[in-house]
Amino acid sequence: MKTFALAGNPNSGKTTLFNALTGSTAHVGNWPGVTVDKREGVYKKGSEPIAIVDLPGIYSLSPYTPEEVISRTYILEEKTGIINIVDATNLERNLYLTTQLLETDVPVIVALNMMDEVEKAGDRIDVAALEKSLGVPVVEISALKEKGIAELMKRASLMATERKGTSLFTGALKEKIDKAAEHFAEEGVASPLFHAVKLLENDELEIEKKGAKELLAAVSEGEDLEAAMADARYKYIAEHFSVAKEKAKKSEALTKSDKIDKVLTHRVWAIPIFIAVLFAIFHVTFAEDFLYIGAWASLGKGLPSLDELNLSEGMATFVGIFYDGAVFSPGVILFNIFDVLFGKITEAVGGAIATEWLSGLIADGILGGLFAVLGFLPQILMLFMWFSILEDSGYMARIAFVLDRIFRRFGLSGRSFMPMIMGFGCSVPAMINTRTLADEKERVATVRVIPFFSCGAKLPILTAIAGCIVQHFGVGNPDAITLCMYLLGMAAAIVSVLLMRSTTLKGEVPPFIMELPAYHRPRFKNLMLHLWDKTKHFVKKAFTIIFVSTVAIWLLSHLSFDWHYLADERMNESILAQIGKLIQPIFTPLGFGKQIGAYGWVFAVAAITGLIAKENVIATFGTLGACLIAIGANVGGVTADTLLADEEGITSAIAMVQATGITIPALLAFIAFNMTTIPCFAAVATAKAELGKGRFVGTLVFWLVASYIIAAVVYTIGSWWWTAFIWAAVAAVTVTLIVLRNKGKLHLRKKGACHEAA
Amino acid sequence: MTKLLSDFTIGEHGMVTAVHGEGRIRRRLFDMGVTPSAEITMRKKAPLGDPIEVTLRGYELTLRKAEAACVEVETEK
Repeated sequence: MKTFALAGNPNSGKTTLFNALTGSTAHVGNWPGVTVDKREGVYKKGSEPIAIVDLPGIYSLSPYTPEEVISRTYILEEKTGIINIVDATNLERNLYLTTQLLETDVPVIVALNMMDEVEKAGDRIDVAALEKSLGVPVVEISALKEKGIAELMKRASLMATERKGTSLFTGALKEKIDKAAEHFAEEGVASPLFHAVKLLENDELEIEKKGAKELLAAVSEGEDLEAAMADARYKYIAEHFSVAKEKAKKSEALTKSDKIDKVLTHRVWAIPIFIAVLFAIFHVTFAEDFLYIGAWASLGKGLPSLDELNLSEGMATFVGIFYDGAVFSPGVILFNIFDVLFGKITEAVGGAIATEWLSGLIADGILGGLFAVLGFLPQILMLFMWFSILEDSGYMARIAFVLDRIFRRFGLSGRSFMPMIMGFGCSVPAMINTRTLADEKERVATVRVIPFFSCGAKLPILTAIAGCIVQHFGVGNPDAITLCMYLLGMAAAIVSVLLMRSTTLKGEVPPFIMELPAYHRPRFKNLMLHLWDKTKHFVKKAFTIIFVSTVAIWLLSHLSFDWHYLADERMNESILAQIGKLIQPIFTPLGFGKQIGAYGWVFAVAAITGLIAKENVIATFGTLGACLIAIGANVGGVTADTLLADEEGITSAIAMVQATGITIPALLAFIAFNMTTIPCFAAVATAKAELGKGRFVGTLVFWLVASYIIAAVVYTIGSWWWTAFIWAAVAAVTVTLIVLRNKGKLHLRKKGACHEAA
Repeated sequence: MTKLLSDFTIGEHGMVTAVHGEGRIRRRLFDMGVTPSAEITMRKKAPLGDPIEVTLRGYELTLRKAEAACVEVETEK
């Protein structure tokens, strides 16, 4: 089967063309060694099927981002034909890549996209002239309207499989290039012209090769050819561009994109608008009081809660999906639908199996574990969808533009903001979103701190424990405690990024040179295909790594050392409880170790089950509360019945407190620990896939160490205020050591940047 | 007169004469069309004063002032 690769600038309509060509045959894989998606499919509408590979969007074949390295390697090594998609509305910059593609020895066909928009603007491009000057076929298409695609593929399949690279350079430059190309040809290198050009352009990958420096010195005679060559390319394009395109009288009127930009990047309104957009996204996806209908109603008589409606059981389940004293947001409704569905399946399966341990293993262990993860899928996808829309529309690039100033201080760029904010919803899509970051170290740092932005599933921990502190100790206000914990997570993220960027992830502030694409409406089809890809990925993961680890923890918590099955109420005899007792002393500096006595292992066990999904921490409190009552611990009058009625986990938390005598600072430290430690298995699996092995192990260690220190700080300062001075001293020593090691500089080096403007 | 792109005021316009800076940044600027003889117009500053947005070769590009300081531009004034 013939294969063609799609190459072109970002925002040139490449994804749309790929979807139009391959339709349902598309599938996503990974490029070897990196996490950039490799999308492949088959074009079936021609006389013979043609395989299509979608290369990452690139501006040049110089290695700048991981994407550019992938595309370059593919083009040079696979030697398949290239379909070069060119955005006709931005011919000049798009053809820059074309001139580089022409230097390779692979067959190239140019697909001139968005011609309809050019005509609408009153411009004209002479396709025949363009074809003549480029020396390869040029076909007009509209990827969006799926026009010209049959013609494109017909001409592509008729192309010869061999082509000799051509370059546009003339005069002295040409002589030098030819000299180098001859040398490469003698050595038997494929695409000698391409390598010769890249060598003279001082290309990083080319210079590394053996003997390259000597050859460059011999050919260039010490001249700096990089600028001259880039200039020659654009000059060449400008010449042929003016032949090919007759620009209509330049209108002074602002384009639609300019008008939108005037509002969205306004000096004053840009940031408030952005906050409002974010708020709306989170509200629609996670709010339990959609549009604040419940809150508004409570100003008057208020809406009845679900119980007050006195519905039949089936009806209550159904209505409960949408309403309980307030209308749920679409994201929560979707979550509830799956929740009810999964609950029914688990119940039916559990009931159908008579053997108690087998029913427990399958219903609670296997299904319960899978559903705990899959249950979040609707909200993860919804969040993903909103952020894809922001990305596709071009707004995300503006957000990076607006916020870059703030993030530069921490050695990051404006781009890293989005994934961090997404972390408040769910770490999984947030970590995947870090793919938009070009700088590897920036990306690692961002993935590591994403869990510190407390996700939706960690909220129950906060609600239960904050509620318990207020009800049991009678201090504070639950909302204030929750807010402080959120702020603590963000502060921890900032400090961690600063520390990492000046120690283990040292490097320059990543440069910020980025196109601001014209705004356009997101394409529904692209969006749906994108979400479908993500769903497949996530479900696959849920059934592999997450599944195995979840079942392992269930087994540990329901088996005793002599391999007897234990019902929930006897979890205290389980292997997991033994492990909890064993590691309990480790948590002494955090306030929930040895000092909280014989039952203190419950906190360690809850933290471990939290790895499945963070809301399990509180569910485990409930289970263990029952265990404690069963083995006769003093839980201060909490009975098994009150535990059952306890929806938010506050009562179970109180039972834990009674049995262990844990203090408020230790409870806060427990929250802080769970918020910042290793996240749930779904997030861990995502981090592993995104980071590659070396970085992944370091990341796990980082999460453990960071959470341990943060919780220790919370506990000690909360218990003995003067320890704040000790911690301050430790911090000062750390900073001094880092500064000394980095030769007196705390600031990140700005490599390559010229002197900062006054 | 020649001045640095980072010193431009909004609406100012000129022709690039030289691009300094090191390795990858210079390469990136070239690849994005910031080459000698390119016409460049300063469009706006981000709300916090940095980065800046410029128009060149028919599209919009954003870069930080630190990077814009690598670009020498000949202006009419």
